[in-house]
Amino acid sequence: MAMQTLTQRFANPTRFMALAARLLPWASALAAALIAVGLYMAFFTAPPDYQQGHTAKIMYVHVPAAWLSMFIYALIAASSFGLLVFRHPLADVSAKAAAPIGAVFTFLCLVTGSLWGKPMWGAFWAWDPRLTSVLILFFLYLGLIALRSSIEDEQLAGNLTAILAVVGIVILPIIRFSVDWNSIHQQPSVSRIGMPAIHPSILWPLLVMAVGMTVLFAALHLKAMRNEILRRRLKTLRMAEVQTASGLAQPAE
Amino acid sequence: MTAFWQLVARDLAIAWREGGAIGITLGFYLIVVAMLPLGLGPDLNLLSRIAPGVLWVALLLAALLSLGRLFETDYEDGSLEVLATGPLPLEAVAAAKSLAHWITTGVPLTVLAPVVGLLLNLPPEGYGVLVATMLAGTPAISFIGAIGAALTLRARRGGVLLALLMLPLFVPTLTFGISSVGAALLGTEAFAPSFMILVAISLASIVLAPLAAAAALRFQLQ
Repeated sequence: MAMQTLTQRFANPTRFMALAARLLPWASALAAALIAVGLYMAFFTAPPDYQQGHTAKIMYVHVPAAWLSMFIYALIAASSFGLLVFRHPLADVSAKAAAPIGAVFTFLCLVTGSLWGKPMWGAFWAWDPRLTSVLILFFLYLGLIALRSSIEDEQLAGNLTAILAVVGIVILPIIRFSVDWNSIHQQPSVSRIGMPAIHPSILWPLLVMAVGMTVLFAALHLKAMRNEILRRRLKTLRMAEVQTASGLAQPAE
Repeated sequence: MTAFWQLVARDLAIAWREGGAIGITLGFYLIVVAMLPLGLGPDLNLLSRIAPGVLWVALLLAALLSLGRLFETDYEDGSLEVLATGPLPLEAVAAAKSLAHWITTGVPLTVLAPVVGLLLNLPPEGYGVLVATMLAGTPAISFIGAIGAALTLRARRGGVLLALLMLPLFVPTLTFGISSVGAALLGTEAFAPSFMILVAISLASIVLAPLAAAAALRFQLQ
């Protein structure tokens, strides 16, 4: 027992449920506080851009959403890998719960990006490599949700969706490097080696927002995973009930 | 290896004797391309400019049409289970069926493409490049598509779902196919890198896609 790794310890859904129930209020409160502070800093302490004015403040939502859209896909792919290779009991729950949340963050990234693009590039949609690849990521999320919902057998649906998620991972490097192909989208400026290329007065609110939205995702994901586990338990209970009921109705001769 | 080629030959024989499927695919290709000038108006300059893109997108749609049935008939009559228990690994089965799909869909569509290109006023120097890029790119469509066919085998509304799942994965093939034709038409040096990436996508999908398709088939047959 002492040699159990962390992932093995939380393979037990009951233990996970207890932990998630304890973490959830803290995660939600932390997310709300960080996002509140981040938004305050973004609107009141961060200076407006000298060229873009206040429009540049879309960045404080757009960039965390973009980062989360990729992070969540990586999480789904990792969970899927855990399901296919290690048959981890929570992996499928995690992948299933994360897909709609990921789709929403990707959509948020696309909407804020296109609202920002209208005043800056003169068009809501510029068919630029980065935009297109994020749109493809969005379609991939929809594909994951659609494939799962169209297969009756839940276990089969989970396994097949996991294969699709692992295959779809090829899209992530394309998004990451898409700004290098004659894109009008700006180059990465936070994750550069050495000093970031932005002033601290803009970097800080951005980082607070990014952490806040990541914690928000963690809270949503925990809640969705709890719901999914409860739903599965309920389904098993119902099936058992139906079986006893039909056993009573037709007694063996 | 003989089992592999026998499976390919069997699929080709079935496709040949059924006959209709290839004809429908080609007819669909022709119709989709022919509809476009009706919508855009007969502006020959515009048509020749968008011809590479239109020909590629229509080819993709036409190939999707037959991809849904890649494993379906074999699954329904039980021969897929026989194949799964036979000596050939399921990865090779998936590869053989993808190869047969490429020969019965990718190659005829490629052959038809220059003829359809006439409708779109494709510049004469574009025909050779068009055929070359399509021959290089269509294997990726058949092999990656086999993953989708295997995933949607038992799904409700499998055909539409297949399109939703697979079109995002076809985007790299499509963009490099179109950009290499476009680069060749403009006479720029960008042709070689685009074409080589297209070939790389095809080769990588020939190797990797059967693994994913076979994994999906194993779950389907459980």
